[in-house]
Amino acid sequence: MSEKPTILAELEHTQQKALALLAEIQDEEPLQAWKREYLGKSSSVMSAFSSIGQQPKEFRPLVGQVANQVKQALEAALEDRARIVTEAALTRKIADDRVDVTLPGRQPLTGGLHPQTLVLRRIFAIFAEMGFQVYRSRDVESDEYNFELLNIPAHHPARDMWDTFHIDQPGVVLRTHTSPGQIRVMREQAPNPIRVILPGMCYRYEQISSRSEIQFNQVEVLAVGKNITFGDMKGTLNGFVRRLFNADVRTRLRPSYFPFTEPSAEMDVECFVCGGKGCSVCKGSGWLEIMGCGIVHPTVLKNGGYDPEAYSGFAAGMGPERISMLLHKIEDIRYFWGNDARFLEQF
Amino acid sequence: MKIPLSWLKDYIDIDLSLEELARTLTMVGLEVEEISVIGLPLPENSGRQEFKFTGLAWDPEKFIVAQINEVMPHPDADRLTLCRLYDGSQEWVVLTGAPNLFPYKGMGTLEQPLKVAYAREGAILYDGHKPGYELSKLKRTKIRGVESFSMVCSEKELGISDEHEGVIILDPDAPTGTALVDYMGDAVFEVSILPNMIRDASMVGVARELSAVTGKPLKIPSRKATSTGPRIDDLAAIEINDPNLNPRFVLGLVQGLEPKPSPYWVQRRLRLAGMRPINSIVDATNYVMLETGEPLHAFDYDVLVQRAGGKAPTIITRAADPGETLTTLDDVERSLDQHTILVCDTAGPLSLAGIMGGLESEVTETTRNVLLEGASWNFINVRRTSSRLHLNSEAGYRFGRGVHPALASWAVDLGLERMAAWSGGTIAQELVDNYPQPPFDPLVSISVQDVERKLGVTIPAQQIAVILTRLEFVCKVDGDIVQAQTPPHRLDIGEGVIGKADLMEEIARIYSYNNIPETNLADELPPQRNNLELANEEKIKDILAGLGLQEVITYRLTSIERETRAYLQGQSLDPENYVRLLNPIAPERSVMRQSLLASVLEILEKNARIREHLAFFEIGAEFIYEQKNSLPMEPRKLVIGMSGKRSNPSWDLQTSGNLDFFDLKGVLDAMLQKIHLQDVSFQPAKHPSLHPGKCAQISVNNTMIGVFGEIHPRVKQNYDFLTPAVYIAEIDLEALLPLIPLRFETSPVSVFPPVLEDIALIVEETIPADKVEALIRQTGGKLLADVRLFDVYRGDRIGAGKKSLAYSLTYQALNHTIESAESTALRNKIVRRLEREIGAVLRDN
Ligand SMILES: [Zn+2]
Repeated sequence: MSEKPTILAELEHTQQKALALLAEIQDEEPLQAWKREYLGKSSSVMSAFSSIGQQPKEFRPLVGQVANQVKQALEAALEDRARIVTEAALTRKIADDRVDVTLPGRQPLTGGLHPQTLVLRRIFAIFAEMGFQVYRSRDVESDEYNFELLNIPAHHPARDMWDTFHIDQPGVVLRTHTSPGQIRVMREQAPNPIRVILPGMCYRYEQISSRSEIQFNQVEVLAVGKNITFGDMKGTLNGFVRRLFNADVRTRLRPSYFPFTEPSAEMDVECFVCGGKGCSVCKGSGWLEIMGCGIVHPTVLKNGGYDPEAYSGFAAGMGPERISMLLHKIEDIRYFWGNDARFLEQF
Repeated sequence: MKIPLSWLKDYIDIDLSLEELARTLTMVGLEVEEISVIGLPLPENSGRQEFKFTGLAWDPEKFIVAQINEVMPHPDADRLTLCRLYDGSQEWVVLTGAPNLFPYKGMGTLEQPLKVAYAREGAILYDGHKPGYELSKLKRTKIRGVESFSMVCSEKELGISDEHEGVIILDPDAPTGTALVDYMGDAVFEVSILPNMIRDASMVGVARELSAVTGKPLKIPSRKATSTGPRIDDLAAIEINDPNLNPRFVLGLVQGLEPKPSPYWVQRRLRLAGMRPINSIVDATNYVMLETGEPLHAFDYDVLVQRAGGKAPTIITRAADPGETLTTLDDVERSLDQHTILVCDTAGPLSLAGIMGGLESEVTETTRNVLLEGASWNFINVRRTSSRLHLNSEAGYRFGRGVHPALASWAVDLGLERMAAWSGGTIAQELVDNYPQPPFDPLVSISVQDVERKLGVTIPAQQIAVILTRLEFVCKVDGDIVQAQTPPHRLDIGEGVIGKADLMEEIARIYSYNNIPETNLADELPPQRNNLELANEEKIKDILAGLGLQEVITYRLTSIERETRAYLQGQSLDPENYVRLLNPIAPERSVMRQSLLASVLEILEKNARIREHLAFFEIGAEFIYEQKNSLPMEPRKLVIGMSGKRSNPSWDLQTSGNLDFFDLKGVLDAMLQKIHLQDVSFQPAKHPSLHPGKCAQISVNNTMIGVFGEIHPRVKQNYDFLTPAVYIAEIDLEALLPLIPLRFETSPVSVFPPVLEDIALIVEETIPADKVEALIRQTGGKLLADVRLFDVYRGDRIGAGKKSLAYSLTYQALNHTIESAESTALRNKIVRRLEREIGAVLRDN
């Protein structure tokens, strides 16, 4: 019987040493070096397999078995260690990978709608739900539709209420309000009931300033039928204002004058900037003038083709620019048609 | 109109606070814009302030009615006086510099002491020496060696007016020792008068509205003084040429008067109401106008007699002859036309009826006899004349809106009485009253049901009658019907159904709009209809905004010069077709635009200074006047304008180059796709603003809907652009919108895998790319799911006059997987067809 070959002790020693070294390894690179050293072709474990033939015959199986055990133990340990090293590397990588979140974002190109398209849509939508449809009519109007048929005869004191742009053709003006559309829609629809809103650009001869423009949008509301009352006007307009501004805004109607309505009223809403205490927006009054309104004048009904003894109606008119100015604290009305990108992009 | 509270109280008892009064006036239609407090305490700020208050409250302890018993010279200063002043409890020596006290200097103890407004040390008042109204506190000082701790006040110091020439000398009956605020504290309500409420441009008018709301009785003033002079009939006569122009003319006469300063309370009231006191004669006419709403005019009677050659004058009213002139009392010669109404005598024109008196017959310091006119005029003529002459007077303001003729005799009577009271003299007996055309004061009947139908509230007939009666309608109630006779001070009540509406307004005002309940519309809904034009316009706006374009809305008023900039020389829009303003505010806003394109170019130009990437669009009308005897056409257009960088600059990326023709075309492609238009094609085109080689027209189903391309370099030179090129699309919405289908169909999506293949084809330069693509699609048929051009190459490798088009083809079937044999066959078929029809050559890579 031969003595136990020394290789067995060497393998055991190698295993202990290799495992001890492996346990210290933290990074990928030494891990690979370790793999080459202890599991590579020329490593002592691998050499042990090729040296089996040189061992005494009766020990050959044992040497093979031990070498195999050592190899498996080292491989298993390597796998575990590799997992730990990779995990640690990922953790370190994540820990090092950061951006300055305060750097500006890369803006995609964004388009947008003009603020007055947006506010008109809000107005249209609220009235649409109450059954009012949009009716548009022309900008350049006849004196007849803009004034005469609306109960504003030539030289009538009421004409002072509108500073009119006249065209070089006799009897033609730039509409001073969307009210001529009232006559047009009535003549088209009589004797059907009417619920329309009439938006459009209007024109007045004025000096342009931060508060007044020569060109402005107007939206009129017109309801005509057999049972339409001042109370309905109050309800409809209050409903609109509460939806546009807020649910519990206070409003008031006070007498006013328009030639095409009687009784006529001015609707004020409680200033939502100061809550009615008085501020620069409401000029200290606590109220904001928001629209004119009234019961359609019998002469206008008649001119539109409706019998004033059988039909009644109400009309109201508001300035969408004023509404935008109030909603968005716009202090200069010239911004609207100035179309500076820096203004438009804020909507 | 300025309404002093103290004056208003002559005609109605008021027990409302200043705020309640302002609210009440506003709610009957007399909107209070501002309240100036003249001495009365300002309301406490409760957090919710409905009205704007300004002014100065007089501390009752510090401001006292006092009397000056003697005015003594100052020992060292000529321009100062020392006054021996009694404040009701004690006598003081008070230093003043008031020139209106000089005449009393050295007269010793005055027989009739001068009543003054006296401010004690610590009083807060306005500094009379500083411009504007600056508050200061009265402190003890020494002036020229004399100690001063109190003062006698001017109107400015008290906030009554800007008068600071002298101190106020109160009327002799002012009670010495009383707090000044109790004697003459006041508040002035600045009220805006609606055009149909000119009857309320008077104290009595405002009081009447208050009476209607509060139920307190209206105290209408009337003449009490008796006439002691001769009968007027023998002293003046009236001839009215046209009663339509002059429905009534009334004359009264005061003899032996003498103009002097009016009593202080009259002067103060006039000032608070916004008028300047002149003398006791003119003041009387103004006072009565403010009181009644009827403007009066005073003639120097002796001048008229002289003009009549010593005889009794005859007043003649008539329309002016064209070319006639008159010098008005402001010393301006006015040239008149046939719409002007003149008050004349036998020697010629005397005054512009209802607007302004003439210079010659004006009342002066030497006037001793006054002929007083109260009349009524056709408001249209008065308005025409005052607007033509740019002559705004208090009389013209009222007569130009219509004053009821019934007021004339009432006001003349009051005027005569006040004139005689303030200027001395005796009133001639009777009036000369020529009243050829009394207006018709309608009788209107209105029922409880009428009111219900229009207002939505049931008001009993009795209550309707009470409201109208308080407004001086004479009412008869018969069941549910109220018959109301219009009172003779209103011209705004019509007949029949219009009269009903007029009464409805009166009822609603006085009943209060606040008391009408809020209801929801319950009436029948109108027939519902689509508004496709609007819906599609809004849809296009959304699509373009989604594609990164910003909507603009520009001025529709522009100038021909501005629009001419947008076109090549000689190719601008026809100047004959412009809608031209007769009265532009400025030359640059003198016509309605004919070119939306020009408007959008201006916005691009303006924003080119602040943004590197420009992409805008506008939808709106153009105005084209082809047939001048009708109204102009207002076709709606869409204009898109793009220029500058393709994307926004970023902190770590270089920009992606400049926008070009195909960026704009891409936007148009995407837009047309999203509105589901079929059969869209592009052909080279010409446009007077665009580059001849980079301009295309868009057709849908052979209908031309618009043109786009690069702005012609020569046009671009007219603008201040820093960007290399500007691209514009001009779409005719009148043509496009009707083509948008009401509904569209979708294609199914295949579950079988696609086969992708790239081919590059060399073709002649002259072959348009869309023809190549159309042939590929046609040949590929249903199996060719997509074709995308991904490269265009020109160069030496393929020879001059040729281009290489590289396409990415996607083969995909709905019902099976395409194998390579099938796709190869399809590809060969496509290539062969292209070879045959357009001489294309497959390019080897
Ligand atoms: Zn406010």
